Amino acid sequence: MAQSSTLGDKVYRTILFVAASSILLIVAAIFYMMVQSSMPTLQRFGIGFLWAREWNPSQELFGALPFIYGTVVSSLLALLIAVPISLGIAVFLVEQAPKKIARPIAFMIELLAAIPSVVYGLWGIFVLAPFIREYLGPVLQDNLGFLPIFQGRLTGIGMLTGGIILAIMITPIVTAVVRDVLEAVPNTQREAALALGATKWETTMIVLGNAASGIAGAVVLGLGRAVGETMAVTMVIGNSPQISASLFEPAYTIASVLAANFADATDEIYLSALIEMALVLFLVTVVINGLAKLLIMSVAGRANASKHT
Amino acid sequence: MTEAATVHSKRRITNLVMTSLTAICAVFATTVLLIILGFIAYQGISSISWEFLTDTPKPVGEGGGIGNAIVGSAMMTLLAAIIGLPVGIAAGVYLAEFGKNWYGNTIRFIADTLIGVPSIIIGIFIYTVVVMPMGRQSGLAGGLALAIIMIPIVARTTEEMINLVPNSMREGALALGAPQWRVSWNIVLPAAMSGIATGAMLAIARITGETAPLLFTALNSRFYNFYYDQPMSSLTVQIYNFATGPFEVEHAMAWAATLLLVGFILFINIIVRYLTRKKH
Amino acid sequence: MQSKISIKDLDFFYGKEQALFNISLEIPEHEVVAFIGPSGCGKSTFLRTLNRMNDTIPIASVSGQVIIDGKDIYAPGTDVVALRRKVGMVFQKSNPFPKSIFENVAYGIRINGIHSDREDMNRRVEKALRDAALWDEVKDRLTTSAFGLSGGQQQRLCIARALAVQPDVILMDEPASALDPIATQKIEELVVELKKDYTIVIVTHNMQQAARVSDRTAFFMLGKLIEYNPTQKMFTNPDEKLTEDYITGRFG
Ligand SMILES: Nc1ncnc2c1ncn2[C@@H]1O[C@H](COP(=O)(O)OP(=O)(O)OP(=O)(O)O)[C@@H](O)[C@H]1O
Ligand SMILES: [Mg+2]
Repeated sequence: MAQSSTLGDKVYRTILFVAASSILLIVAAIFYMMVQSSMPTLQRFGIGFLWAREWNPSQELFGALPFIYGTVVSSLLALLIAVPISLGIAVFLVEQAPKKIARPIAFMIELLAAIPSVVYGLWGIFVLAPFIREYLGPVLQDNLGFLPIFQGRLTGIGMLTGGIILAIMITPIVTAVVRDVLEAVPNTQREAALALGATKWETTMIVLGNAASGIAGAVVLGLGRAVGETMAVTMVIGNSPQISASLFEPAYTIASVLAANFADATDEIYLSALIEMALVLFLVTVVINGLAKLLIMSVAGRANASKHT
Repeated sequence: MTEAATVHSKRRITNLVMTSLTAICAVFATTVLLIILGFIAYQGISSISWEFLTDTPKPVGEGGGIGNAIVGSAMMTLLAAIIGLPVGIAAGVYLAEFGKNWYGNTIRFIADTLIGVPSIIIGIFIYTVVVMPMGRQSGLAGGLALAIIMIPIVARTTEEMINLVPNSMREGALALGAPQWRVSWNIVLPAAMSGIATGAMLAIARITGETAPLLFTALNSRFYNFYYDQPMSSLTVQIYNFATGPFEVEHAMAWAATLLLVGFILFINIIVRYLTRKKH
Repeated sequence: MQSKISIKDLDFFYGKEQALFNISLEIPEHEVVAFIGPSGCGKSTFLRTLNRMNDTIPIASVSGQVIIDGKDIYAPGTDVVALRRKVGMVFQKSNPFPKSIFENVAYGIRINGIHSDREDMNRRVEKALRDAALWDEVKDRLTTSAFGLSGGQQQRLCIARALAVQPDVILMDEPASALDPIATQKIEELVVELKKDYTIVIVTHNMQQAARVSDRTAFFMLGKLIEYNPTQKMFTNPDEKLTEDYITGRFG
C-alpha cells in the first residue's frame, strides 16, 4: 500500500478520516455535554436522585423514580405484547408463507416502521385511547377487574395505552431481526427435524431453538427502541409523575418528561435534573443496543447485526 | 397403538393451531397498518385545501394552514441533507475503504451507538451547544440536530453499499496504475451510487418524520420564516401542537398535516422499494 | 425377494427442469442398495423422493408412484409426518441439533410419543446409541453438547437419532463423504450391521464403498437410471457400456 501513497491519496484519505472521526466527536461531545450539564444535580442529590420518588420542580424536589418506573413498565408491557406477535409474524414469513405472500406482508410491516412517532401519537390520542376507554378497558375490568393492574378510572390515556403504542412501534424491528436470524438457521436443521417425523410446528421449534440468542438480541433491541421512544408515548401516557399499580393510570417516562418539560425548564437546577435523566437514558440505550448487537451477531453474522441497530 | 394415535392427533392439532396463530399474527400486523393508514387518509383528506397548504396558522375559527410548516420542514431537511449526506457518505467510504482496523471498528461501533441513541437526546445536545450560546431557537439548530441523526445512518448504508461492489472492479483499476483515491472516487463510488442514493432517500424520509429533536431546537413559528437564525416551524412539531391542543379544528388540521407527511414518507419508501426490487 | 419399496415411472421436476426421467426400481427388504453416478445426476433428488423430503422445495413436482409397504406415498391423504418417521434419513453433513447428546437422540422419541416413561426413554436412547456404535464413546458425557463430538461421532449420533424413532427404512445421502478413512470405515461397518433390521438406501461417490456395503447398486446418469443390478454383477460384469466406463473411471 505504501508505494501508492501519492499526495492525492493522502488528501483523500484525510478528508474521509475527518468525516468518520466526526461521528466519534459527536458522540463524545454528547456525552461530555450531558455529564457537564447534569453536574449541578449530580452534586446536589448524588446517586439518590435515581430512586427519589418526589418530583416537584417548583419546590426543587427532583426524584427520577417515577420516570424510571414508567419507562421500565411501559417498555416491558410493549415487549410482552410485541414479542409474541413479532415471533409469530417472523415464523409465518420465514417458515410458512410462500414467497408471493411473504414479500408483500414483510413490506407492509416494514412500512409500519417508517411511520413517524408523532403520527402514532396522533393516532393513539384519537383512535387507540377512545378504543381503550370504550371497549378494551371495560372488557378488561369486567373480567379481570380484581387485579390491581386493571383497577381505577378509565380515561384511555395512561400506561396501557403507552405500552400498546410502543408495542406497535417496536413490532417491525423485532420482526425484522427475528426474520434475519431465522433465515440464518441452516436448512439442514429443518431437514433433520422433518426427517424424524416432526410436524411443521415441531420443526419450527427446532429452528427457534437454533436462533435463541438471536431472538434474545431482537428482544433486547426492541427494548432499546421502546425505552428511547419519545413522541408517541408523550402523547398518550398521561404525563403524570406517579407510581401506580394500575395500567389505566397516567404515567411518565424519561423520554416523555424530556419532551414535555425541557422547553419550560428555565432555572439551572431543573434543567440539570432533566439532563441527568437524559444521561441515564443515553447510557441505558447504549448498553442495551450494545448487548443486542452482541447477541444478534452471534447468530446472524456481522452484516445482519449492523443492519438494524 | 391407540396411545400413539392420540399423541399423533394431539400433535396435529398443536401444529394446526400454532401455524394458524402465526398467520393470524401476520394478518393482525398488516391490519393495524391498514387501520392506521385508513384513519389518516379518512380524517386527513377533508381538511386539505389550497389554503391549508399555503396559509399560516390562524387563531382558532379563522381557518389557516401549514404552509410555513411545510417550508420549515423542507428547509431544515435540506440543511440536514447538505451537512449529513457528504459527511455521512465520506465516513461510509472511509469505513469501507480504510476501516478494516481497530479505528474503523471503533467508528463503526460508535456509529451504531449513535443510531440507537433516542433522538430527543440529540435535541438536548444541540440545545446545549447551539441554542444556549445563540440565545434562541432556530432553524439552524433544528437542521443540525437532524443532520446528526442522519450522519451515522448514511455512513453505515454507504459502507454496506460499497462493500457490495465486486473487488474485481477495484483490482482491475488498481492494476492499471490508478491511485487509490481515483479508484475509490471514479470507479467504486459511482458503482455504489444507486444504492447510496436509495439509502439517502430513506434517511431523508426518516428525518422528515422526526419531532423530538426539533421540539426545543427549532421550536415553532406562526409565520413564514426563511431565515435559519430564527425559530422555524415544522410539520411534525405542528402536528404535535395541534394534536395535543384542545381544539377540534386543530385536530382536523393535525390529521391533514399527517396525511401530507405520511404520504411523503410512504411515497419515498415505496419508490425505494420499487427501485431496489428491479435489480433482484 | 420381497420389495420394501417399489418405484414406478417416477418423473421429477425442479420447476420446468426435469431432474429424473421415468425411473422404476425395486428395493428389497433388509438389503442395502447403493446409488452411484456422476455429480448432479439426481441421486440426492431421487433419494429425497422416497421420504417426500422434496416437498419442502416449493418448485418441486413429482409424478409416478413410490410404493412403500404396498402404499403409494404420493397418494392424496398420505400422512407425511408418519411416512418420515418410518423412512428415516441421514444427511451428507452431520446435522445434530444444538442440544445435548442425549436430547438429540431423545428428540424423535419424544415428539413421536414412543416412550412410556423416563426409564423407557433412557433405555431407548441407550439402545439407539449402541446400535449406532457410539454408546461406549459418549456414555459418560450424554448431557454435554452434541457439537463437542468429532465429525464422525456427530454423524453416528445422527444415525442414532434416526434409529431411535424405529424406522423401517434408512436413507443415507453420502453419509461418510465428510469423514476421514477411519470414521468412514466405522460408518460402513455400521451399515452392514444395520441391514439385519432395516432396509437401507445409500448414496455414495465412492465406488469401493458401494462395492463393500451394498447388495445392489443403481447407476444414474443425467437423471436416468442406466443400470440396476446386484452389486457383484455390477462391478464385475455390467450390462451397460456406460456403467463399465463409469466404474472403471473412464469418465468422471
Ligand atoms: N433445490 C433445487 N432446485 C433446483 N434444482 C435443483 C435443486 N436441487 C438440485 N437441483 C438440480 O437437480 C439436479 C440433480 O441434483 P442432485 O442434487 O439430485 O444431484 P446428485 O446426484 O445428488 O449430485 P451430487 O453427487 O453432487 O450430490 C442437478 O442438476 C441440480 O442442479
Ligand atoms: Mg447429492
